[in-house]
Amino acid sequence: METIVVYLIGLFFAVAVYLMMSRQIVRMLLGVAILGNAVNMLIFTNGRLTREVPPLIPSHLYTPEVATANPLPQALVLTAIVISFSFFAFLLVLAFRAYQELGTDEVDEMRLAEPENDQSPPQGY
Amino acid sequence: MAGSSVSVDYALAMATEPVAAGDFFVVAPSLITLLGGSLCLMLRKHTDWQARLGIGFLTLLVLANAGLLIRVLDHGVITMVMGSWLPPFGIAFSVDALSATMSFVGSIVAFCAGLYGAASIDSTGRRYGFYPFLLLLMTGVSGAFLTGDIFNLYVWFEVLLIASYGLLILGNDRMQLDGAVKYGVLNLIGTNFFLIATGLLYGIFGTLNMADIAIKVAALNEPASGTLATVAALYFLAFAMKAAAFPVNFWLPASYHTPNIVVSAVFAGLLTKVGVYALIRVFVMILPASRGYMSDLIALVAILTLLTGAFGALAQSELRRMLGYLVIAGIGSMLAGVAVGSTLSISGAIFYAVHSIIVMTALYMASGIINLMGGSYDLRAIGGLYQKSAAFAAVFLVLGFAVSGLPPFSGFWPKVILVDAAFSDGRSWLGAAILFSGFLTTLAMGRVWIFAFWRGGPEGTADGQAVAVPGAPDGGTALASSALWLPLGILTALIVYFGLQPEWMLELSTRGASGVVEPFGYLRSVFGDQ
Repeated sequence: METIVVYLIGLFFAVAVYLMMSRQIVRMLLGVAILGNAVNMLIFTNGRLTREVPPLIPSHLYTPEVATANPLPQALVLTAIVISFSFFAFLLVLAFRAYQELGTDEVDEMRLAEPENDQSPPQGY
Repeated sequence: MAGSSVSVDYALAMATEPVAAGDFFVVAPSLITLLGGSLCLMLRKHTDWQARLGIGFLTLLVLANAGLLIRVLDHGVITMVMGSWLPPFGIAFSVDALSATMSFVGSIVAFCAGLYGAASIDSTGRRYGFYPFLLLLMTGVSGAFLTGDIFNLYVWFEVLLIASYGLLILGNDRMQLDGAVKYGVLNLIGTNFFLIATGLLYGIFGTLNMADIAIKVAALNEPASGTLATVAALYFLAFAMKAAAFPVNFWLPASYHTPNIVVSAVFAGLLTKVGVYALIRVFVMILPASRGYMSDLIALVAILTLLTGAFGALAQSELRRMLGYLVIAGIGSMLAGVAVGSTLSISGAIFYAVHSIIVMTALYMASGIINLMGGSYDLRAIGGLYQKSAAFAAVFLVLGFAVSGLPPFSGFWPKVILVDAAFSDGRSWLGAAILFSGFLTTLAMGRVWIFAFWRGGPEGTADGQAVAVPGAPDGGTALASSALWLPLGILTALIVYFGLQPEWMLELSTRGASGVVEPFGYLRSVFGDQ
């Protein structure tokens, strides 16, 4: 089970890196979204994958009797999902506004903040 | 309930004693700013109240951080665990001298920015939420400095990141959108690397508490195992991106000059230093063996960062972009301290971080005043400011000396420590790079002073003949406001004080450094005397 998920995570990372190297911002953002999911799956796998054993403690014990599913990675992943989703939403809107204002979604053509033929500073006094 | 017959011994997993009243200082900085940010958001239509309320809460923040610092210096490291659950189960806030110092200096800078914003942010900017975003940014910054849990560090990073996005595009200018896209995407990728490393670290040790991880790493027989080396490399990449170290620094000069000048000032002062703080915390305290393993790489990155920043600054004629490169050059000095890794060099890095927080904020604020007086940020288009205000020219000269590391101002002492530490560690190239970068910074700042202040008028006019720039705002009303001069004055006074009386800051940074190099006090504070 772990092995399959690990290969899947690797595939996700590969796709994310490929997309993030694109020049179009929309593709980069899709890459970031996939990266976020790859990271979530990585955290989940690191917290041990156990199916069908909920982390319940019998009422007469302090600790569970058998190895159960680990609830902590679920909490971590939940936090990370909320954060990466909100950032993705924000950046999508930002990219759309940038496309509206700048008329392009290619990063190479976004040269307003760093002009292409920037003059050098004064040479002499 | 079926389990009513079971008696539960809470002392095993919970702190049964009530939290000492003074320990609430640990969470006060985050709570004050969160509350203030929410209140300011509710008052978004009352723009004049917002400034007063925002400055009031920032004053509270400074006081709370001062209280925290005093308490940490008196009692050593303090730890507060949420819900009274004993570590490593509860989420811990642990504050040592390093955290408290950074948090205190950060809050002073935020307070000054709040004051400056009262004059430089118009009512539209306030309605868009300058004060709420500033306070929420400080929530994230304080949380990142004070937390003792590595996953929480990630969460606080995201809190300050989303607030910084809001500040960055305040005003909705075309150039801001361009800068914000690059800043946003690259920083998000950086935090994702941070999260990958944290996930792997959790997989190895099964804990997220920094003190617990530090103990478990120290207990490992093979400190440079493959997975741990991967984790260390990922952390280094993530924090280098946050701190804008070479070669992942290009988002900074692309974005830091686009927002309102006071926003640039806060960013330049605080945000990159949070990355440096995290680097010190993780590499020196938690993964000391990995730091030793990677020290040559860190030294190389430090040298290249120093040179990129200094040469980049020389090549700019736009004042704010030049300052952006100077931020990068400063990061190189701090990385040099981490590369050497002795108590001496880490204390130099901490002192430099404090100095850099203050001086970079002050320089951006000063460049805002230059823009109001001269009508431009471009060196070619300004001149004759000495005739307009000799006092301001003197202040700018002080800032220029400080950022270049020349005596008698605050940049001198940390540079001496860092160069000394680099040479005595046998890394002469590192020491030489710090000195060379300081020399180039002197040239760049000297050029600004010559062109903006000394020269009579803008480029193309006869020397000594100040010519009114067409379309330039007079700035008379804004400049008369003490809200612009007061924060610059406070920061400059601190720079002069730390330069002439460095003993206090030296002691503080030495305590901070020995607290992370030998974190016994930290571990004892989290786990008790075991």
